[in-house]
Amino acid sequence: MSAVTESTLDPVREALFRYVLRLGDTSLVLGQRLAEWVGHSPALEEDLGLANLSLDLVGQARLLLTYAGEVEGKGRDEDALAFFRDAPAFVNLTLAEQPNGDFGRTIVRQFLLDAWQLEVYEGLLGSSDTRLASVAAKAIKETRYHFRFSSGWLVRLGDGTEESHRRVQEALNELWRFTTELFAADDVEGALVAAGVAPDLAALQPRWLARVDEVLKEATLVRPAAVAYQWHGKRGVHTEHLGHMLAEMQHLQRTYPGAQW
Amino acid sequence: MAPVSSTLSAARIGGATIENALPGAGDRDHGATGGRGVTGDCGATGDRGATGSRERRVWDVLESVPDPEIPVLSVVDLGIVRHVRWLADLEGQPKLHVGITPTYSGCPATEVIRHSISTALDQEGYVGATVEEVLSPPWTSDWLTEAGRRKLEGFGIAPPAQSVANPRHLFRSPVVACPRCSSRATERVSEFGSTPCKAHYRCTSCLEPFDYFKCL
Repeated sequence: MSAVTESTLDPVREALFRYVLRLGDTSLVLGQRLAEWVGHSPALEEDLGLANLSLDLVGQARLLLTYAGEVEGKGRDEDALAFFRDAPAFVNLTLAEQPNGDFGRTIVRQFLLDAWQLEVYEGLLGSSDTRLASVAAKAIKETRYHFRFSSGWLVRLGDGTEESHRRVQEALNELWRFTTELFAADDVEGALVAAGVAPDLAALQPRWLARVDEVLKEATLVRPAAVAYQWHGKRGVHTEHLGHMLAEMQHLQRTYPGAQW
Repeated sequence: MAPVSSTLSAARIGGATIENALPGAGDRDHGATGGRGVTGDCGATGDRGATGSRERRVWDVLESVPDPEIPVLSVVDLGIVRHVRWLADLEGQPKLHVGITPTYSGCPATEVIRHSISTALDQEGYVGATVEEVLSPPWTSDWLTEAGRRKLEGFGIAPPAQSVANPRHLFRSPVVACPRCSSRATERVSEFGSTPCKAHYRCTSCLEPFDYFKCL
């Protein structure tokens, strides 16, 4: 967290940096997780599908991290932010870093986050920050396809065989505890909601829940009970999984700093 | 196999800027949100008339630059060229600026396109032109030109089936006609195809698989 907390920016700008970094890190980490599927998916079409989602997410992460670096004003570009921060300096949602598990578990994670990104990007379309609004306008079009993909698969698996139903229900039960963080606002969101930059997470939650419930019903899945807020990825406190993921993702740049393709 | 393990900036568009400015002289009037119908024309000739001859010659050069993934289309057909402008540089000399917009955020072809445009402009004597990224308004498949749609179909790729002016359309599966036999009895195999902009379909009449250029 040191790189984040040592900043000398004014409070709103500091909040903006952290907010954009959270969005960017969530997209990057989720995109990297999906990239782990390349060559391992159950079918070629799904391999391509997950790779396409990954590509979009990494592309969105590039736009967001570039902007975060500019807001911070310390000369860090997207690469510096992606490859030269350790896990405690990452501020992604904890859900995004959870391991892929089987295909069903990946779909559950993707579905929950796609639905979240849809709400957040829609909320950002009217942001007073025109740069964020531009990124959201671009990203939401892609995210609609992601949601259609993940919700379609969730229905097929949930309303599929006994085995597929059992697996996605178990994945949902395991991953649901991380969803509280998706709407847990802190002073970062607080400052930006007041400035008209960010949507109010509390207002997005019921819309997200309605969207999620509609698909869960069709998938014959049961929504688990709500749990207390106890995961703090967006404040830099992560599960053990992120470090391992970053070790692979950052290996090349850490070994040969500044290496170009 | 992680694509993120090299450098994120490998596909960066040089001199990247995000412009929220309204289109100015030399731009094609695409409308801000793709409100026109799919049969509309991006102005392969129409808008050309409104620009100066200097800009028109540049547009002609750009029409010779193919999309690397779908080479039958030029970057103009694809609707990704957003503006052609001369702006005074620091010494007051006119400098050519060409604005392009990526189709998808993570489309790897964008960097190749930027290089292709720079190379083509260099060869035609426009040395040192700036190729810049325009993010807003975001690209939409509605900006494919009518000529581009015909070229796609001739190439065996079904063009986007409907306008995306209404985003609700994205949640309904459009009827996609087979580019080979024109049958409307087709089915989607996969939402995501060989490139970010395409889905994979098959025709149940002639039984041929084909690519469909998605609405975005």
